[in-house]
Amino acid sequence: MARLSKENVERAERTIALYPHARSALIPLLHLVQEQDGHLTNDGMEHVAELLGLTPAEVLGTASFYDMFFTHPVGTYLVSVCTNIACMLNGAYELLEHAEQTLGVKAGATTPDGTFTLEEVECLALCGNAPCLTVNWRFFGDVTDDSFDGLVDDLRAGRLADTIPPHGTHARVARSVGLVAAGPAKAAPAKKPRAAAVVDNKGDSAPEPRSGERK
Amino acid sequence: MSDTATPPDAVTITVDGKQIEAHKGEMVIAAAERAGIYIPRFCYHPRMRPVGMCRMCLVQIKGPRGFQLQPACYVPVADGQEVVTTSPEVKKVQDGILEFLLVNHPLDCPVCDKGGECPLQDQTFAYGPGETRFVEEKRHWEKPIALSDVVLIDRERCIQCDRCTRFADEVAGDPLIEFMSRGAKTEVNTFPDQPFASYFSGNTVQICPVGALLAKPYRFRARPWDLEQVESTCTQCAVGCRVAVQSSNDDLTRYLGIDSDAVNHGWLCDKGRFSYEAVNSDDRLGRPLVKRGGELVQTTWADALDAAGEAISAAVSSAGSGSVAVIGGARLANEDQYAWAKLAKCVIGTDNVDAQLGDGLPAEVVLGLPRATIDDCDTASAIVLLGPDVKEELPVLYLRLRRAALEKKVPLVEVASGRTGMTRYATTVVPCLPSDQAGALRKALAGGLRDQLGGNPVVVLGRPSLAEPADGVVAAAALLADIPGVRFLSALRRGNVHGALDMGLAPGILPGRVALDAGRDWFTAFWGSAPESGGLDTRGILEAAADGRIGTLVLLGADPVSDFPDRDLAQRGLDGARFVIAVDAFLTASSRQADLVLPAAMFAERPGTTTNLEGRVSRLGQKVTAPEVAWPDWMIAAELAARLGGDLGFLSLDGIWDEIVRVAPAYAGINRTTLGTRGHRDGIVVPVPEGTVLDTEMPPATDVTVGQERDAGEGEIDPVETPGIASVESHGVPVQAHDPAAAETAGPAAESDAEAAAGRPRPALIEWDRAASGTTAAKPDAYALRLVVGRKLYDNGVNVQMSPSLAPLAKQPVLRVHPSDLDRLGVKSGGVVRLRSPQLTTTITAEADPTLPRGTAALPFNVPGIEVAAMIDASKPANEIAIETP
Amino acid sequence: MPLTDVDRITTRRIGNADSWTLRSYLDNGGYAGLRKALQIGREAVHEEVNKANLLGRGGAGFEAGRKWGMLRQADPTYLVINGDESEPATFKDHMLIEGDPHQIIEGTLITAFAIGAAQAFIYIRGEFALGFERMQQALNEAYEHGAVGHDIFGSGWSIDVVIHPGAGAYICGEETALLESLEGKRGFPRIKPPYYPAAIGLYGAPTVVNNVETMSNIPWIVVNGGDAFAALGAGRSTGTRIFALSGHVNQPGNYELEMVKPTFRDIIFDPRCGNGIRNGNEVKIIIPGGASSPWFGPQHLDVPLGQDEVGKADGVMPGGGGSMLGSGSIVVMDETTCPVRAAWRLVRFFERESCGQCTPCREGTGWLSKILYRIETGSGRREDLDLLYDISDNIIPGMPWPYPMTTICFLGPSAAVPTVSAMQMFRDEFLVHVKDGGCPYE
Ligand SMILES: Cc1cc2nc3c(=O)[nH]c(=O)nc-3n(C[C@H](O)[C@H](O)[C@H](O)COP(=O)(O)O)c2cc1C
Ligand code: SF4
Ligand code: FES
Repeated sequence: MARLSKENVERAERTIALYPHARSALIPLLHLVQEQDGHLTNDGMEHVAELLGLTPAEVLGTASFYDMFFTHPVGTYLVSVCTNIACMLNGAYELLEHAEQTLGVKAGATTPDGTFTLEEVECLALCGNAPCLTVNWRFFGDVTDDSFDGLVDDLRAGRLADTIPPHGTHARVARSVGLVAAGPAKAAPAKKPRAAAVVDNKGDSAPEPRSGERK
Repeated sequence: MSDTATPPDAVTITVDGKQIEAHKGEMVIAAAERAGIYIPRFCYHPRMRPVGMCRMCLVQIKGPRGFQLQPACYVPVADGQEVVTTSPEVKKVQDGILEFLLVNHPLDCPVCDKGGECPLQDQTFAYGPGETRFVEEKRHWEKPIALSDVVLIDRERCIQCDRCTRFADEVAGDPLIEFMSRGAKTEVNTFPDQPFASYFSGNTVQICPVGALLAKPYRFRARPWDLEQVESTCTQCAVGCRVAVQSSNDDLTRYLGIDSDAVNHGWLCDKGRFSYEAVNSDDRLGRPLVKRGGELVQTTWADALDAAGEAISAAVSSAGSGSVAVIGGARLANEDQYAWAKLAKCVIGTDNVDAQLGDGLPAEVVLGLPRATIDDCDTASAIVLLGPDVKEELPVLYLRLRRAALEKKVPLVEVASGRTGMTRYATTVVPCLPSDQAGALRKALAGGLRDQLGGNPVVVLGRPSLAEPADGVVAAAALLADIPGVRFLSALRRGNVHGALDMGLAPGILPGRVALDAGRDWFTAFWGSAPESGGLDTRGILEAAADGRIGTLVLLGADPVSDFPDRDLAQRGLDGARFVIAVDAFLTASSRQADLVLPAAMFAERPGTTTNLEGRVSRLGQKVTAPEVAWPDWMIAAELAARLGGDLGFLSLDGIWDEIVRVAPAYAGINRTTLGTRGHRDGIVVPVPEGTVLDTEMPPATDVTVGQERDAGEGEIDPVETPGIASVESHGVPVQAHDPAAAETAGPAAESDAEAAAGRPRPALIEWDRAASGTTAAKPDAYALRLVVGRKLYDNGVNVQMSPSLAPLAKQPVLRVHPSDLDRLGVKSGGVVRLRSPQLTTTITAEADPTLPRGTAALPFNVPGIEVAAMIDASKPANEIAIETP
Repeated sequence: MPLTDVDRITTRRIGNADSWTLRSYLDNGGYAGLRKALQIGREAVHEEVNKANLLGRGGAGFEAGRKWGMLRQADPTYLVINGDESEPATFKDHMLIEGDPHQIIEGTLITAFAIGAAQAFIYIRGEFALGFERMQQALNEAYEHGAVGHDIFGSGWSIDVVIHPGAGAYICGEETALLESLEGKRGFPRIKPPYYPAAIGLYGAPTVVNNVETMSNIPWIVVNGGDAFAALGAGRSTGTRIFALSGHVNQPGNYELEMVKPTFRDIIFDPRCGNGIRNGNEVKIIIPGGASSPWFGPQHLDVPLGQDEVGKADGVMPGGGGSMLGSGSIVVMDETTCPVRAAWRLVRFFERESCGQCTPCREGTGWLSKILYRIETGSGRREDLDLLYDISDNIIPGMPWPYPMTTICFLGPSAAVPTVSAMQMFRDEFLVHVKDGGCPYE
């Protein structure tokens, strides 16, 4: 619950450098705060405000517009159940009710042990596999009551630790190249774009895309 | 229509079948309004960027695909455009929008401050649906929460028009309130624990079109239909914002900014807005007081005036008229100042008169340089800031300069020792050591700055620091005065200090911007006498008094003990003067020590005129009566003159004004009729250039009320721009500031009469002889820090301290020093240091400020917690302190 | 045979092993379009896209080539790719982003080259965490491959591409809200006219905003020629398109089909697509083009899947007009569906997603949803039907399709559309709810 760490300030500065105007980095930086602290802490937002030359009110004004940002603590796993039209037609409300029973909390609340926060969300764009949900924005489709309970067990047992990072981590793949100036090539490249090692790429072991593919 | 050519930017549009002329670039809503077609609105505000959010102004505008619903506030006019504002379709849509606005709006009008002056309420009556069809539960929020010490928000009433948030960001540059959340949950709020601490926060209350934003001082105090109002000019500082002064039961209840195009655009600073509390204060002086046995006790006016007359006579007869001195007068109206100048310079015969308290500039510099208006800043080739922090001292000028820089893209050059509120907007900063403004500027001019300044720069000129004499900045002004086309905008801050200088409350100056030598004969012709030689300024007066050379010292609303940048000298001066007369509204650190205290009327308790930093003369309105037997200052002067066997020659305020217009050269032509006309609502900048035709048409008797005139002679007040004004006007009884029957005494004819009567041509206005140049202080020794002292908006001044809402805003000071000077001590920014000056030692929180030159220390003047005035020796070219670990 | 058997365009690599990697992409013809584009030059690329008559796949269906041509000439200009896909029941971009990120990047690069953009931004819906990782990974690989960055493929042309995450707000799919969001602000749609992004876009500079699926078509068009693309489909609707089919069909999923040739009946019932309704039920409601589109019924089953065909169909809106193909997502509901509940759920979505800046949407969507909920849960009143119509009329005066609107953007109207559609089609069922004091389907 603090300002950004030194390492995260460096990440923030690299991100800011990608944009013609610093403020564009606001959302990526807020993801960074949330990754560090699990939610948007006041210290974190104030730090972002400093980095971008904004007032903390401007930062919160933007942050509070977006559903993925939380200004209060969230469980290690944020379980987001879609109840929009396609999922509703396929039993989403019943699934949500089941989830409430399994986790013992109503949608919007966090389990007393701080492990799960359950929420009802709008269409997650996995309607071909309705009903669906995400855990920390990692997708699960064709969810049944049983598969939900299995998922909760797996999460509790830490069996999905590799694929589902704790709440707040938006992406585990970082950009490996700095900003490259556009336009016709100048006489000599200032610096050959660095193709550094990809940071912490777990992409390949992440769950398969669940989007309904053509069968 | 006349056959004059249409202006180049004119386009013709048709609104409801009526052809109207519009200016290219303006929005349909504004063009229609000028033609008398009022399109309902909530989010649109003429002084801010349109956002088209509330949708109340939807009208039909013809496009390539026929008539389409468009927000009139967001569509610019185009030649041949056709607009329909009254069709059934438009009416249906507007009804619908209003109904949408009301679905979640509480029905608490009876207990809402805005009830009775609420645009939402009014438009509901005018356009709205009859019964509510909304049977669902309304949105709920915790009832008012504080956004700051003075502003509350009731989020249930908010209609999300974005006016307050736009104001905070776009106009004030303080984006501390924002929309939070989304959709129907949207609220206006601050970041947790970071209040909306803007000097301009009260404007958001003023422009809120519903009762969502509330001013703590006003909350539940009055209902609009109980209010009366009069138009006036704020004299809290020298900007002179136009203001509607509202009262109820002879108590001031509220000030609202009036949209003056030339000056304040409708805005006020919070100090000005809430300073009416000081006028209402229970601590006001209502009766004369005389010192008996070391105590001030009540007395009668007759006895008090006798005592004053005797003291002055005694001083004159024992040591000559020069042993009488007057300090102060910037609080007064022009007429009061003229009366006091005439009393001092003619009846008593002393030139030891100074309205400035060692914190200003020599009168000949302010009066003798080519002057600029605030509007000139918008079109200047550059603005040079050479003075104090305008955000702290002249807040609404700050808004105008900020706008000039951001919207009009005028380059801003700041010459300063350390950051000010303006630095963020500066294109160029010329850093200078304290008192070396001239040196730094000379170097910068030679180094290319000259080219940046262009052909018509405006220099905003004032005192950057009270811990050094004016010489440094005067020398810098002399350098800039050589630039062809340059003009100067005074940044002297005291309320009517410019009126005081114009009325002769300065040594070596006579009324109407005339030097004593140049004007002596002219004034002798009218007054019978004028001082033989130039007198002393405030510092000189205090030194003379300390030496026992002043018999009677008059403090004209001045408090040198708190307010003169040399506490020790001020105190010695009061101690050394044989008799001290204080004309004041409060007992202050100085008036408390006086032998005689005469209670004076304040702002809103007397009419008159005032002159702002541009030289703009505008009217003051009276709305309440002064406490008990407090008098307007001019009456005190007139009565004193009589006690001294003299006669000021006027019995009324109007009489004074007529004399000013007649004898004070810079004020020629500004007769009372002219000042009261619609065309001159924003005041008149003096001197009026030769050949200018002033509007002398009489205003209708009913029209001596307030409100923005969008176009001379036409247009109504927009009730949604500043809701509180239009509605009160229709309920209240406006005071008539002018007697139309008493007009025409001072026309052009009267002016040539003046020349005939004097037997000589009018004397020329003063020009500054800038041969004399400033000095630069020697370098301080290695361990001393040179003091830079500026003012804060909220300080220990009486107007702040006597206003309960403002007093808590005066904050404990911090000492700012360059980080290296803190490092030297091993103290962290935010840590405490011991501060040592030759006069006193204290501890204070220190903050590192890399914008300060090394070896300087910045402190605020006259704030709670530290006696900075006591660290200043006015006789030194610079003042120093040292800091140590505590 | 209702379905024509042409090669798929945008989805042809989906399903390949590791389809999201550079290796797999190169093995399947990847970056050939970019190389060709660099060779033939920007005008030629633009010309091919014009010939293709590629309609934007984000919802509005504006010709991509024409949009590029409208770009105000200035320096800089930007390209912004819309991958915010949040329209209920739309899930095609999600698949393209996770399954074939290189194709999007290649299309983006070709487009940026054609319009002379200074920088390109690909805005990815925040919730697509895996998608963001795949895109970022692909971009990193593309830099390494020399396809993006400095002196691309030795052509002398350079550009930087940034993958930008959203953070959960449907309205940011609206292109001007997206630009605000990309500028680090609240996602408030900008008022238009007069400002289209092509004139005043990102940071006030001229900007082209195109959808992810639109971009995915570009490499193919450059490689195969605009004429080849235009040879598919019919009328204004050329090429293929991904239809996201969901609801009560037996086989929901994304189906890339040639435009215009198949009908709703085909996609719903063909065994290779929807394969019919669950339990052999009947079609009751079809949402033809995303939650914002006016509903269709069984009477529309034979309407072809084409932009104008759907647009000009004989629809249900009281003011006349058809519906839209919109984002290409089709929701099918069978006779067990309560239309009040379906309408409420859609309206509730728009209520929650309203940005809140304009009055009719902020207040109207909530009001509509509250009334619908009351009717569904048994507290409806007869007069509520008229009220629902009138509230809708105050959002989309006259209630025709397409509609005039009192709002700033299309979100607010999108709540009125299902409300009115449901009442037009199932007035009786609404009245039953009112009369019986509850939902007959419960
Ligand atoms: C409320 C609203 C939401 C939208 N959401 C999306 C979206 O998620 N993705 C998208 O590509 N376009 C969306 N659009 C359409 C975009 O505004 C824009 O037309 C499109 O991105 C342009 O790309 P195209 O021409 O390639 O289709 C939305 C429009 C509206 C009014
Ligand atoms: S219609 Fe809704 S989403 Fe669109 S601008 Fe208005 S409030 Fe925002
Ligand atoms: S939309 Fe024009 S006044 Fe609000």
